[in-house]
Amino acid sequence: MNNQDKLIGAFSNALMVDKNMIVDDLKYQSIPEWDSISHMILITEIEDVFDVSIKTDDVIDMSSVSKAKEILTKYGTEF
Amino acid sequence: MLLKGKTIVITGASRGIGLACATIFAEHGSDLILLARDQDRLKDLSSQLVDKYGIKASWFKVDVTSVDQIQAVFKELRSQKLSLDAIVNNAGIMIDATLQMTTPDIVSRIYQTNVFGSIYTTQAAVKLMLRKRKGSIVNISSIIGTNGNSGQSIYGSSKSAIIGFTKSLSKELASLNIRVNAIAPGFIDTDMTSGMDAKFYDKNLASIAMKRIGKPEDVAKVVLFLVSDLSEYVTGQTIGVDGGMII
Repeated sequence: MNNQDKLIGAFSNALMVDKNMIVDDLKYQSIPEWDSISHMILITEIEDVFDVSIKTDDVIDMSSVSKAKEILTKYGTEF
Repeated sequence: MLLKGKTIVITGASRGIGLACATIFAEHGSDLILLARDQDRLKDLSSQLVDKYGIKASWFKVDVTSVDQIQAVFKELRSQKLSLDAIVNNAGIMIDATLQMTTPDIVSRIYQTNVFGSIYTTQAAVKLMLRKRKGSIVNISSIIGTNGNSGQSIYGSSKSAIIGFTKSLSKELASLNIRVNAIAPGFIDTDMTSGMDAKFYDKNLASIAMKRIGKPEDVAKVVLFLVSDLSEYVTGQTIGVDGGMII
């Protein structure tokens, strides 16, 4: 599984939505399923899947799927 | 055994209420992660509990005022694929002074340990509770936090802050089945009170309806209730453990 698929899986599991809803411009709070509570779960899921520890500033910054990729790239993940 | 299969973090685990919690939790079958500044005491405590109760216990020398140290511990726990069932935010300091005798250093030290230490440790711990969508956070406040006391405005306000933190966080995490409660101990026989001036010691004792100083175990038993499934519908509460102390 490549990193793109892993990221889509992480979002899908955390937000409990279909994988086909996970597109780059999906934004935080743009769907009811991505609220502040599920955002916490998302961060944990991403940390587990990519084996990273995300700093609080980046937790706050992770406002879309594309932003998630940008942040994970900082932590050494390639997309 | 109320805690079989659970893994619990305790800060300030090397003495007093933290030590009593560690002991009673081990007795009830919990695996433990012990955090404190005193490495030697942690090492000894950990070995004793493993030998006596057959649980798993690991320890980390941590100063809760250091965000970096806290994050390093939880990064290590995450790398072990650990799920956390509970955390007891017990690490705390008490420095008494009237307001006009309070230096900025005293304010900073008290708030860094008692408030910020609990906040940052909880922030890291919650991530490890999300795996199970369940957990219990117990914050050790104080009767001084609920009632106040002359000469303890900074310590008291730090412990009131813990109650505010508890109440709000309990609402934030309720939908994730993570409970957040506080305990407000009264006059408890620990290192914090043992060096007290005899006059103040006697005055405190006289204000207790049950006519005795509390033991750390008295507090630990209530913490046990809050980290166990016995309290699975209890959240956002502050429970006094003070022998009927009037202050």
